[in-house]
Amino acid sequence: MIFLRRQLPLLITLVAGLLFAAQYYVPHPASEQMLTSATKWLQIIGGFALVLGVTSLFHLHAVKIRRQEAGWGYSLVLYAGMLGTIAVGLWADGKESIEGVMTSFGWVYNYMMVPLQGTMFAILAFFIASAAYRSFRARSREAAVLLVAAVIVMMGRVPLGEYLVPLSGDVASWILNVLNASVRRAILIGVSLGAIALSFKIIFGVERSYLGGGKE
Amino acid sequence: MDATIFGAWVATGLTLLIFSFLYKDNPLFKLAEHLYVGVSIGYTIVKTYDTVLVHLVVKPIVEQGEISLLIPVGIGMLMLTRYVPKAAWMSRYAFAFIVGMGAGLAIPRTISSFILKQVEDTIRPLLSLVGSDGVTFSMNLLNPASNLNAIIILLGVSSVLFYFFFSIEHTGVGKVVARTGILFLMISFGAAFGYTVMARMSLLIGRLTDLIEYSDASYGRPTIWLLMGIVGALFLLSRKGQEHPPDSH
Repeated sequence: MIFLRRQLPLLITLVAGLLFAAQYYVPHPASEQMLTSATKWLQIIGGFALVLGVTSLFHLHAVKIRRQEAGWGYSLVLYAGMLGTIAVGLWADGKESIEGVMTSFGWVYNYMMVPLQGTMFAILAFFIASAAYRSFRARSREAAVLLVAAVIVMMGRVPLGEYLVPLSGDVASWILNVLNASVRRAILIGVSLGAIALSFKIIFGVERSYLGGGKE
Repeated sequence: MDATIFGAWVATGLTLLIFSFLYKDNPLFKLAEHLYVGVSIGYTIVKTYDTVLVHLVVKPIVEQGEISLLIPVGIGMLMLTRYVPKAAWMSRYAFAFIVGMGAGLAIPRTISSFILKQVEDTIRPLLSLVGSDGVTFSMNLLNPASNLNAIIILLGVSSVLFYFFFSIEHTGVGKVVARTGILFLMISFGAAFGYTVMARMSLLIGRLTDLIEYSDASYGRPTIWLLMGIVGALFLLSRKGQEHPPDSH
């Protein structure tokens, strides 16, 4: 039984890992076809992962409503929004528009989801500005550099900034395309090295936390 | 009332409910927040159902007879054994397959795209060929591909990588290089911050543009009516809160 519960999953990881790592180095139509199928498979399995997440959320809010815990009314609103959108979406076959005509699902997307999402992120502008006011004090040379770079980029991204300081647009572009790019590149190289090391640890069974705990 | 006008009222109401958080955390904001979560999940479920179940599973199996697709369906079903305590260990097969496959796919592609290609783009020739017989050193800062920028990028990448390299003590020359790395990092963080602020501002302008558009008489002036309604509701809620302060025990 320990083979089925513990060793077989590790074997599956090893075989799948080595197989798909090797696939990259085999320039054959069959190899390409395997990659296409595997990508499709991943999407299908990912769909089931969504079921796991959604049921967990369903359960959480159902418990809140059943026990009438504080704020249970909001859980009802969440349920109504979710079930309403699912019903409307299935009715419209998951399409926002059919032959250029907006469906009821498209209506939910355009008049509910877009405003809610847009406003939720837009209010962050206020909080970022207030956080910046409190923390952006040039207490050290590094903080001053950060502050100056942020101000230049902000000014360079709006017509008013470019009007007030004509060079700000070009300097902002240089900061973003050269200085910022070099840092992003260095971080990317570092993160990638870490990701590769982790992938090797997973394939060879050193890292096993993804299997979860529980009985052997 | 047609769908567009009703939509304008709903969109305006939801926008103002979210904006009410700028006053303080209140029940109207929480209502819109929970509705947002619910609608987003509902939308994701419908889209996943359509793209995955209908277009990747049912149609290929029924119309093209791709029986092999039952294998990922079976693997996916194994994930759901998490809900049966005695069979929960079977979900490990699904996770093992996904994680193994992901790790295998990642190794060669990460090495190629995120390491070798990045290193190649960092170490560029310091001089450019001009015509058939001459070389030049371009100093144009506005051209990211100029030779001067190539040196700056090389300097930035090397110093930042060195800053995160802790196997050597950062003293002497190392300290200078590490401090240069910090300088580059600070400029990058500042640029990222400025860029994010402007992106959020752009969203804010979009929402305000909609509110201004919906204040038009052709929509029935939802912005004005709903703004008055929400301000009134917040005032009443505030009064109610003062009369019945929450129990501190």
